[in-house]
Amino acid sequence: MKDFWTEVEPIVYEGRIKIPYSWQAGETASFFLTQLRDREKIWGKHCPECGKVLVPPRKSCPFCFVDTEKWVEVSDEGVVETFTLVREGTPIQPLKAPFAYAVIRLDGASTGLVHVLSEVEPEKIREGLRVKAVFSKDRKGSLLDIAYFKPVGS
Amino acid sequence: MERVAIVGIGQTKHEARKKEVNFAELVYEAVNNALKDAGIGIGEIDNVVTTCNDFWDGRTISSMATGDVSGARGKNVSVVEGDGTFGAFYGLTRILSGAYGTTLVTAYSKGSESIPYLITNAAFDPIYMRSLGLDLVTACALQARRYMKRYGITEEECALVAVKNRGNALANPNAHQGMKITVEEVMRSPKIAEPLKAFDLSPVSDGACCIILAREDRAKKMSPRPAWVKGVSFCADAYLLGDRDLSECRALEKAAQAAYRMAGVQKPREEIDVAEIHDAFTYQELLWTEGLGFCGPGEGGKLVARGATAKSGELPVNPSGGLLGAHPVIAAGLIRIAEAARQLRGDAGGMQVKEDVRLALAHGVNGVCGQSHCVWILGRN
Repeated sequence: MKDFWTEVEPIVYEGRIKIPYSWQAGETASFFLTQLRDREKIWGKHCPECGKVLVPPRKSCPFCFVDTEKWVEVSDEGVVETFTLVREGTPIQPLKAPFAYAVIRLDGASTGLVHVLSEVEPEKIREGLRVKAVFSKDRKGSLLDIAYFKPVGS
Repeated sequence: MERVAIVGIGQTKHEARKKEVNFAELVYEAVNNALKDAGIGIGEIDNVVTTCNDFWDGRTISSMATGDVSGARGKNVSVVEGDGTFGAFYGLTRILSGAYGTTLVTAYSKGSESIPYLITNAAFDPIYMRSLGLDLVTACALQARRYMKRYGITEEECALVAVKNRGNALANPNAHQGMKITVEEVMRSPKIAEPLKAFDLSPVSDGACCIILAREDRAKKMSPRPAWVKGVSFCADAYLLGDRDLSECRALEKAAQAAYRMAGVQKPREEIDVAEIHDAFTYQELLWTEGLGFCGPGEGGKLVARGATAKSGELPVNPSGGLLGAHPVIAAGLIRIAEAARQLRGDAGGMQVKEDVRLALAHGVNGVCGQSHCVWILGRN
């Protein structure tokens, strides 16, 4: 079959996979997301074992394997723990490149929240930068109800 | 533990847009190469483990679609979703259960037939993360920055890994991206998600790998040069990126220490002759060498800079070129095991680090930013 490819184009079968799926967020995430949507508030859950405040909130603690108990409201401000400046974007990203992804530790939280940064000069982004959530006007009960984080005071 | 050995290894050539074979035929090629290598027929295989991922395959229950080409019809076949090292681990435990004398393990992907950022975006939690549009590259860029910043690792030190591994891949007939490049060329390559540049990323390759594991009594009848399993362990970290300190790899440290204990390794850097590890990105080779205890925390950059991990160094890392040389997702870790076994047998050709390789390490990763690690220690005796 050596000569075969000199005479024909390979046959490529184009897939059509597009499967709608509805994920139930569950009670814990639903509370978190409705508070973002309706009150522009960010909540975490407190682990009675290790004392960590988990943001985003989980029904159980990933560190202790116990139920989390109390809801704790955390600040809409925090610090950048790490970031990346995206230079080559993809069509599924919420902002156009160049923009930054960051892990943000909100005041009062023990874990990092991954989100995007905007309204900031790329060269001004650094670890420890204080940032504040900017809420979307049109909120739907999604993590993108926070449109992005921007530097505090800007 | 009952002694188990790797008695056969087989691979395909790894490359993008493979047109001669479809994905099942790709597996068939690797399986036949492994059977030939072991000098046995499919009749001597007692059970089969396939390793695959439905999203990368674009089909559901993808494992069942590669059963025929793995010779699994009429046999007990099971599947592992994840990296090939984890599939091999399950294959090993099936022998240790006492029910089977041999296990054939396959792993494959044809990543170039899909859109990788869509596939890897789907690895993230649909409720808390997916809408951010993160993919493997941008998530690992967050880890790269965190790790490099904490320890003062430079982009040039990361570039040295790209130069070393792509250079090593030139001697690997199965590699996808063997090339002679310089640190300057890596530094000048297009920025993707800082600090990661095009040459810091492994290629998206199509390829398959197969290994055959056998219990001692069966192994001795098959292979004149079996690679013995001396120690193996895996360990996972938390799922969400924000729950982990991305500059650390505690799960790898734990897996490595457990595998070392099992194998009786006390000083890994001195005792291990060669390591094949999961360098999906340049910085990861540095971070993983730290987690494996080849150097202290933050010393991975210095380790590569002084040539310790070069093919002629004191502990060669990825003489095959690693994932930077060829990265068929899912198969990547199984290929590390196959390459480690080849070094022990002394038939790695231009990749052979020295004649007398006694102890080799293979490492695989499952999950984003090294959520889960599997470490294998293989020995000649």
